[in-house]
Amino acid sequence: MTGTFNTIIQLVYVVAASSFILGLHLMNNPATARRGNQISVAGMVAAVAATTALVIHGKQISSTGWIVIATGVLVGGGLGLYTARTVKMTAMPQLVSIFNAVGGGAAALVAIRDFMTLGSHVGSSVSVPTLLDVIIGSVTFTGSIIAAGKLQGLITSAPVTFPGAHIVNLVLAVVAVGFGGYVIASPSLVGLGVVIAAALIFGVSMVMPIGGADMPVVISLLNAFTGTAVAMAGFVINNTALIIAGALVGASGGILTKLMADAMNRSIGNIMVGGFGSGDAITAAAGVAGAGVQSIAADDAAIQLAYASKVIIVPGYGLAAAQAQHEVAALADLLESRGVDVSYAIHPVAGRMPGHMNVLLAEANVPYPLLKEMDEINGEFARTDVALVIGANDVTNPAARRAGTAISGMPILDVDQAKSIIVIKRSMGHGYAGIDNELYTNPKTSMFFADAKKGLAELAAAVKTLVG
Amino acid sequence: MLLADFIIFVLSLWVGFEVISKVPATLHTPLMSAANSIHGIVLAGAMVIAATAHNVVGYILAFVAVAFAAMNVVGGYVVTGRMLKMFRRRIAPPAPAQAADASPNGRAA
Repeated sequence: MTGTFNTIIQLVYVVAASSFILGLHLMNNPATARRGNQISVAGMVAAVAATTALVIHGKQISSTGWIVIATGVLVGGGLGLYTARTVKMTAMPQLVSIFNAVGGGAAALVAIRDFMTLGSHVGSSVSVPTLLDVIIGSVTFTGSIIAAGKLQGLITSAPVTFPGAHIVNLVLAVVAVGFGGYVIASPSLVGLGVVIAAALIFGVSMVMPIGGADMPVVISLLNAFTGTAVAMAGFVINNTALIIAGALVGASGGILTKLMADAMNRSIGNIMVGGFGSGDAITAAAGVAGAGVQSIAADDAAIQLAYASKVIIVPGYGLAAAQAQHEVAALADLLESRGVDVSYAIHPVAGRMPGHMNVLLAEANVPYPLLKEMDEINGEFARTDVALVIGANDVTNPAARRAGTAISGMPILDVDQAKSIIVIKRSMGHGYAGIDNELYTNPKTSMFFADAKKGLAELAAAVKTLVG
Repeated sequence: MLLADFIIFVLSLWVGFEVISKVPATLHTPLMSAANSIHGIVLAGAMVIAATAHNVVGYILAFVAVAFAAMNVVGGYVVTGRMLKMFRRRIAPPAPAQAADASPNGRAA
């Protein structure tokens, strides 16, 4: 009887896991992605229903236990629903970070509770994943909260570092892992407490020194951590669904971490050590309009755009920071209605998390076929009449092609190949790499000094009056 | 048992790498958000520990775990759905005079 029951539960878990995989698979195309998400939801509902059946069947649960589950689901689910419905798309990275935090925290709690129940009876097949879960989950919990705070601007996005910070991190890591080994050898709650404390502090000290510009990498990495922690929780309570789902998320976070680090031309280790992306160089040389820079007025820029046959818009985080995605979409619509071929060139790190810029433009009703990835569009710049750069800096700097600069080797958008380039920018300030952008002194480039939102509105108005 | 679980873990990692590396950069934010909701499966784990709790500490830990996981899973799926709903092909009829670009759908894998 029990055997049959367990078999059925396991089969439901397999179905759930398959639907997660299918759901992720359907995300390879925007046209099928929504269906993928729905299938994933269905799998999740099935898995939770099966777990409920398992809990009922186990007959161990007290009535208080049921109340705990019900209120927990109501409180947590309600909070999740509310934040998910109200969050602004620009704040998406923070929200994803918070979900990472609670996911990692929940995974750590599962292991902690399991350890407390089993006490000293655990064998190493349980205690090893338990310790890994507790360490990874705790680091993710505090690390993600700090990351969210930095993204929200509650904590300075500049790297916070102090002399000997690396040594402190090293000590914390050694304490967490060392005590972890001790707890595996001789299980004790006090030992576990030390591990938890060290891991929680490590999460804070790991993310604090990382600059705001490196957040896409940090979020991806914490995502991978959460997945791994959940998989470890699956080992602890011997639940296949958790193991498979956790591994899938771990893999996705791992891939995105690598992609983001590559797109920034940095190694993951280099980012975690921190310090770069600091932005302190920005103030150093901002506002100096160097020789050879030509500025342009809205009317002249509008003429160029209105009479072009092909325009590529290059949006950067500055566009999102100015909340100008609707203005850029309006200008693009206007140009398209004149028969101009408009597309968007999106660098992988345009935004605060992987793919962030695409979501912001989708929200402004830009059709996704117009959103082109770097490799897809780089060949098209040579055939482009006007490249309109808005709030993007380092990712357009041709200096990356030469050796010996701060961004050498970084993949860039070949904006300088366009016949003419218009850059909307508030000042000649530097990007995160803190170096001059050679694109701005290119004879083909005109600088339109304005705030992105106001500048785009002016351009659209000028195009309108121009074409009547 | 541990070995079987470990094999499942490793194979799932490979499946994850394989499936996710085909997702275009356009969808990376919804992808991460979807992956986020999937790790909300930890709710199943939180329910299991609530089932074996029989003292105040156990109940508190289970409550926090269940609430965290529920927030993760509900919020994750809802926000992913909200984002994906925004990705539209084109609402108005296509603009005239399109240059013959490479198929707009053919995204680099």
